[in-house]
Amino acid sequence: MTEDFVLRALAGGIGAALAAGPVGCFVIWRRMAYFGTALAHAVLLGIALGFLLELEPFVGVFAMCFILAGCLILLERQRLVSLDALLGVLAHAVFAAGLVVIAFMERLRVDLVGYLFGDILSVGVVDLWLIYTTAAISIAALLWQWRNLLSVTVNRDLAAVEGVPVERVRFLLLIMLAGVIAVGMKIVGMLLVVALVIIPAAAARRVSSTPEQMAVASAVIGIIAVISGLFSSLEWDIPAGPAIVLVASVAFAASLLIPSRGQQGRDD
Amino acid sequence: MPGDASRARPLIEARGVSVSFGRQNVLDKVDIAVHAGEIVTLVGLNGAGKSTLIRVLFGIVRPDLGTVVRTPGLRIGYSPQHVHRDPILPMTVRRFLTLGAPASHDRLKKVLAEVGAGTILNHPLAEVSGGELHRVLLARALLREPGLLVLDEPLAGVDVTSQAELYQLIATIRDRYGCGVLLVSHDLHMVMAATDTVVCLNRHVCCSGHPKVITRHPEFVSLFGPHVANAIAIYPHRHDHRHDERGEPVPIDDGDPKSPDMSGGQG
Repeated sequence: MTEDFVLRALAGGIGAALAAGPVGCFVIWRRMAYFGTALAHAVLLGIALGFLLELEPFVGVFAMCFILAGCLILLERQRLVSLDALLGVLAHAVFAAGLVVIAFMERLRVDLVGYLFGDILSVGVVDLWLIYTTAAISIAALLWQWRNLLSVTVNRDLAAVEGVPVERVRFLLLIMLAGVIAVGMKIVGMLLVVALVIIPAAAARRVSSTPEQMAVASAVIGIIAVISGLFSSLEWDIPAGPAIVLVASVAFAASLLIPSRGQQGRDD
Repeated sequence: MPGDASRARPLIEARGVSVSFGRQNVLDKVDIAVHAGEIVTLVGLNGAGKSTLIRVLFGIVRPDLGTVVRTPGLRIGYSPQHVHRDPILPMTVRRFLTLGAPASHDRLKKVLAEVGAGTILNHPLAEVSGGELHRVLLARALLREPGLLVLDEPLAGVDVTSQAELYQLIATIRDRYGCGVLLVSHDLHMVMAATDTVVCLNRHVCCSGHPKVITRHPEFVSLFGPHVANAIAIYPHRHDHRHDERGEPVPIDDGDPKSPDMSGGQG
């Protein structure tokens, strides 16, 4: 079981989980799950974009997620439609556009199932580079802006009064989320990528009493889910992406049995 | 102290500030100033523009018209009305206090003791009571050693006895540090007794003035005790206008202009 493609799959999955864990914590703290879903729906359009520009499909996905993240930030300022509705409109509009554009491009042969459900066993060397570059950048950015990110999460205005550049910090988080969605898509597919982002983070809550512990625990749970999911998939010949998400979901359910932490006693 | 304050330059001052969101006029030529050592209470109903006005003072919202002048280097300590304290975010009081800036254990203990919440340093923020939360927010503001304290609804969800305690705490802090205090409240009539100036906002400044101490009223004293009666004052509004259905100010042309109807006209 140590063939190259298995090792690459393992490395790719671990890298994606590493990046997704801490960002996923902010997604559930700030209730941004729907942002993630909207970004994931841009994947097909991104692949078409990559094809048009003769780039790696993966690069097209990155670019499309970043473009959509930018649009969301700009559109969030309008007050005509609620953010919730706006995300719903945008997500399905870009998804539909992706399907239509791909149907038009006759020369483009797309493995639709692979993009919808992920294809971890086809992770190549270029993919590994992209995954680990994204993970390294997003972890570095998290460490650099950690306190500002937390401060903005707790109260925007208070953070602003204390000198935090609130808009830049929120933009950074959305960009990181776009990057994580783009790499996670390769592992578990666009339909399940949000699960890879939020389920390990949700499972980490009960074993953490500080935000930092939760970020680390979330990455660890994600990595465990990737390893066990991948090997169950090879062992029992089941699809890898859903297996990974199922393991993470079991971890979440198990975490609910643990009594809530966070209280360290009355005083020290 | 309040007497000197009015002659010195204010810590922060808004002059003729107007803000509109789309067609909605939220603030109309509003003036407000807070001096060092002065307690200003900003009162107004929901939707009167109080939050927008403080966001203008903070520089978060840019006014369409008018200016905000701040003393250079002014540090503001802000206690917001709400903080996100969902149990999904594992955040202790200690971690919350150090989100703005790092502080030593001793300093955290000291500042929490000062606001009367000395024992909850390691508690989850999501589990402290409403009254404790106001004290924790005040502690975070004080950690910045502010020249100006802005307290948005610092008494929301607190019973009247604890309100009096918090008012006394705020007055003590003002006396000890000499900072200016801007207190935001939706209670139009009951204000903090130590308030130097009340500013009543309903998109524009309806009136401003000093509150009346009600300590002497025997019924109030017997109902709440002298501590409460000493901390809370009544603010009699003197408006020369009322508001029509669209909220536009119109002159008072009938009835007694000396006793405008706050409940009906929302003046």
